[in-house]
Amino acid sequence: MRAKTVDRIATGVIVVIAALILAVLAGLLAFLLIRGLGHISFDFLTSPPQTIKAGGGIGPQLFNSLFLLVLTMIITIPLGLGAGIYMSEYAKENRFTSFIRLVVEVLSSFPSIVIGLFGLLVIVNTFNLGFSLLSGALALTVFNLPMMVRITEQSLRSVPKEQKEAGLALGISRWKTITSIMLPVALPAIVTGTILTAGRVFGEAAALLFTAGMSSPRLDFTDWNPFSPTSPLNPMRPAETLAVHIWKINSEGLAPDASEIAAGASAVLVITVLLFNLGARWFGRFLYRKLTASK
Amino acid sequence: MEELRGKAYVYACILVLIVTIFSIVYFIAVRGLSPFLSDGVGIGEMLFGKTWAPDADVPLYGALPFLFGSFSTSLLAALIAAPLGFCASIFMTEIMPKLGKTVLQPAIELLAGIPSVVYGFVGLSVIVPFLRDTFPGQGIGILAGGIVLSIMILPTVTTISTDALRSLPSGLKEGSYALGATRWQTISRIVLPTMLPSLLTGIVLGIARAFGEALAVQMVIGNAPHIPGSLFESASTLTSIITLSMGNTTLGSPHNNALWSLALFLLIMTFVFVFIVRLLERRAVR
Repeated sequence: MRAKTVDRIATGVIVVIAALILAVLAGLLAFLLIRGLGHISFDFLTSPPQTIKAGGGIGPQLFNSLFLLVLTMIITIPLGLGAGIYMSEYAKENRFTSFIRLVVEVLSSFPSIVIGLFGLLVIVNTFNLGFSLLSGALALTVFNLPMMVRITEQSLRSVPKEQKEAGLALGISRWKTITSIMLPVALPAIVTGTILTAGRVFGEAAALLFTAGMSSPRLDFTDWNPFSPTSPLNPMRPAETLAVHIWKINSEGLAPDASEIAAGASAVLVITVLLFNLGARWFGRFLYRKLTASK
Repeated sequence: MEELRGKAYVYACILVLIVTIFSIVYFIAVRGLSPFLSDGVGIGEMLFGKTWAPDADVPLYGALPFLFGSFSTSLLAALIAAPLGFCASIFMTEIMPKLGKTVLQPAIELLAGIPSVVYGFVGLSVIVPFLRDTFPGQGIGILAGGIVLSIMILPTVTTISTDALRSLPSGLKEGSYALGATRWQTISRIVLPTMLPSLLTGIVLGIARAFGEALAVQMVIGNAPHIPGSLFESASTLTSIITLSMGNTTLGSPHNNALWSLALFLLIMTFVFVFIVRLLERRAVR
């Protein structure tokens, strides 16, 4: 009898805590959306920020975040794919492989601020790239590479063994088997994982404070020459991203409507991350149907 | 030929990984060691000194307040997140697996995806005012930092203990139920002890994440460079002092070098956490 009472109490407590977690998340989303959505307008999304006046927008920051994301993925994807292919197909179970595993594990546990500082020291100062989108993208590559390697490795490992053996049995090279038989099968999982990684890039800030910088030059959105200093496409210009902007106006914002801007920008950030999450799943399923002919 | 090119490509990628990690360790170590090697600061002086006054006439580089801030916020966060995460994983695997899979698990994945600055913003506009109204003090401080971090690390703790629970050998639980044990008896005496190493792994990974988190904590902790007398007083962490001061000091100055020492300490702690996790995983396998 007593044991049953204890069981009931424990179950009750666990259910209450699970409900509490859900309530926290619901409250968090409700707070962000209710506070933020009212402030989001086309003007807010496209106009440049104001330093001391009210009514500033987040246009350049939003653009910078997206552009940085594209740059980062251009560098991360080929490197991550290569290292992931090595880990799943070429690595033998020896000391070297377990050392690489340790490297990936350590790299993924480095605090993002440490990566940012490394970027400041090596990319910004030593290589003299300055506070720029390119420096930011390189730092974020360091930050994302371990994720990308893991995703590729796991996706390739889940490809049925028969398909790989069939390829090898046809007498084509290992590399050809990997690229034209295994990669297409693993592609949906890789794409899903990659989009999720990209979502993380979008919200990352600490590593960018010291690499992409905390300011944006006045951008001229009619100038698409990537070598012009005011062109939005110039990868060598400093760029403040949306996440960095939220941090900055919360800690030193002078505009009278700083907290509204923070709320609006946070809502934009969270909505984007949500879209990335849903989009990744949807696109992964879509690709899977397309590539495997299953209904 | 094709095979050779492919091999060259994957080995080049691996080489980039290795070079990256070695250069991170090398560059941060060179900078971080320079206060001890060339600026005449003692290691003990830095680790146990209580005063951080790099701009004073006689500069002092006591980093104890920051070490204290980092350890106390991340331990507090683990203290809050561990029981919550554990209950959530029990809920998802033992009590209502269906509801857990369709509602709680996506919710927790969502928590993991929310950017840290957004957590900082919510902390600043919800948790800090709440603490200010209910407790003495300004609301900013260790407790505010700990609460924000606990929500941030909850997904880490939950996911790892859920995975561990799912991979539990099924005979274990059935045997216990067959002997007439209640669900809670089974969970507390069979399931919990068996999965303890995995649970601890989750907690350590959570602490590691909290320890390295920079901006969310910086926004709510107050950033006063002293050891707080209570949970509600302003404090600082290693990451928050680096975030705030790095941009205002010139590279190579003693003040700047001291900040790199703090970064080196963060780096060393990462290795310590990875080491602990590996030890725990080895125990979990046995």
